[in-house]
Amino acid sequence: MIDAFLSVWNIVPESLQWLILTMLKIVAIVAPLMLSVAYLTFAERKIIGYIQVRTGPNRVGPKGWLQPIADAVKLIFKEIVIPNGANKFLFIIGPILAIAPALAAWAVIPFNEYWILADVNAGLLYVLALTSVGVYGVIIAGWASNSQYAFLGAMRTAAQIISYEIAMGFALVGVLVASGSLNLREIVLAQEGGVLHWFWLPLFPLFVIYFISGVAETNRAPFDVSEGESEIVAGFHVEYSGMAFAIFFLAEYANMILIAALTAIMFCGGWLSPFSGVPVIGEPSLFWLLAKISFFLFLFLWFRATFPRYRYDQIMRLGWKVFIPITIVWILVVGLAVVYQLPWWFD
Amino acid sequence: MSLEQIIFYLFSTILIFSSLMVIISRNPIFSALFLILSFVTCSCLWMLAEAEFLAITLVLVYVGAVMVLFMFVVMMLNIQESVSKEKFIKYLPVGLLVSVSIFVEMWLVLKSKNLVNEVAVSPIRHDANYSNTKELGEVLYTQYMFQFELASVILLVAIISAIALTLRKRKNVKFQDPVKQIHVKKADRVRVVAMKSEKL
Repeated sequence: MIDAFLSVWNIVPESLQWLILTMLKIVAIVAPLMLSVAYLTFAERKIIGYIQVRTGPNRVGPKGWLQPIADAVKLIFKEIVIPNGANKFLFIIGPILAIAPALAAWAVIPFNEYWILADVNAGLLYVLALTSVGVYGVIIAGWASNSQYAFLGAMRTAAQIISYEIAMGFALVGVLVASGSLNLREIVLAQEGGVLHWFWLPLFPLFVIYFISGVAETNRAPFDVSEGESEIVAGFHVEYSGMAFAIFFLAEYANMILIAALTAIMFCGGWLSPFSGVPVIGEPSLFWLLAKISFFLFLFLWFRATFPRYRYDQIMRLGWKVFIPITIVWILVVGLAVVYQLPWWFD
Repeated sequence: MSLEQIIFYLFSTILIFSSLMVIISRNPIFSALFLILSFVTCSCLWMLAEAEFLAITLVLVYVGAVMVLFMFVVMMLNIQESVSKEKFIKYLPVGLLVSVSIFVEMWLVLKSKNLVNEVAVSPIRHDANYSNTKELGEVLYTQYMFQFELASVILLVAIISAIALTLRKRKNVKFQDPVKQIHVKKADRVRVVAMKSEKL
């Protein structure tokens, strides 16, 4: 059986082999990602339910485990209504522009030392560029809907993402200075040696700012003014229904997982074990990365259940007057620590 | 034709088409969107020339930040299409002057001796581990330090002047000072009054 498969495989020309392998790798990343998105929505409803002393969904399947499947089926069979006076082309392209960068950014994420789809030198820049392109889906959707609520939502998002991206970029500069590389794999390898060697400790302010900016960038509570149900109905996706809405939903959750993964990789040692040196549990493994991602995703849900929504001027104040100055000062501190080879981390 | 050439011609066709559409399309929103498309295709072309850092920075800065603000303004203004049609003729002389000067500049560069086929050295192919970013940084902070700092000073001046232009002191603004808000005590706001229950 395997011999027969290998003999067929060897006939395939080399460039085609490479193409097929890359495609398979992409499927191996995207399929589990989509499944995690589906079950992240379930986890969100369950966790927030328990935080608020409810049980959450428990009707579909055993303990409610089939709820995300039921939701997906419902959304697929719904009609996509295109509003009168909306720009049809841009209306359809909006959700696509939202999800494409959210998925494309996963190309450079290292799952362990050897499992990377594209081991690019400028991986950090690539991720930053793609997360900033994601805002167009929202802006275009908001404008093309030809609705005041959607338009207001899009405007809010544009201003918010621009503001928080600066703080996010500066936080990444700190990581870049500390690790001396833009390559995500090398950034993880620079943190080798147990939980105290990870960058979260020397870069603590940047770590906190990066994660909070990530929450703002994905439009999650308490920064979800772009959807602000109580003021502008559902923000930029008021007019979307069925699958078109579901794609915005997918993009939002895929972005959440991406931010969680990036925080784990840049500040919490990626696939490295916190107990380096201890036998068995000290081994670096994919499971450590998944555990860290799950922890940060839990934080996202916890925030949503705990904090009230920010007022718009407070969001702007936090981004411009608090985060940006702190990051600039801390980059200076990190720079000095690297130049003078601060022991433990940078020697 | 090699695969690289095919990709090059594909992207350059898209680039030329989208840049034309920026000036042709009636709707300013579409102009802005086509400008974004041309930035992205341009970055793909740079990527083909092994300039990863510049290519990604182009997307990051222009597509990710500058054009978002641009879209913001264009959407808010809601320019009427008929008005922009009238202005086309009004601005035609200035536009022609600018385009002629750009054309002359490009022609002067292209006909210079360094670009003649026999003199120009074809760029060296580097392997995948070659870091373009590092090389660029080294040159930027040593050889071109002065120009680099000059550019940053000019940008700083631009930032300050933009802030100075838009800064205005408004009276009667109900601005809340967060520091004061945090330090509010119960005693400052609430007064417990002892009184008898009232009867109707």
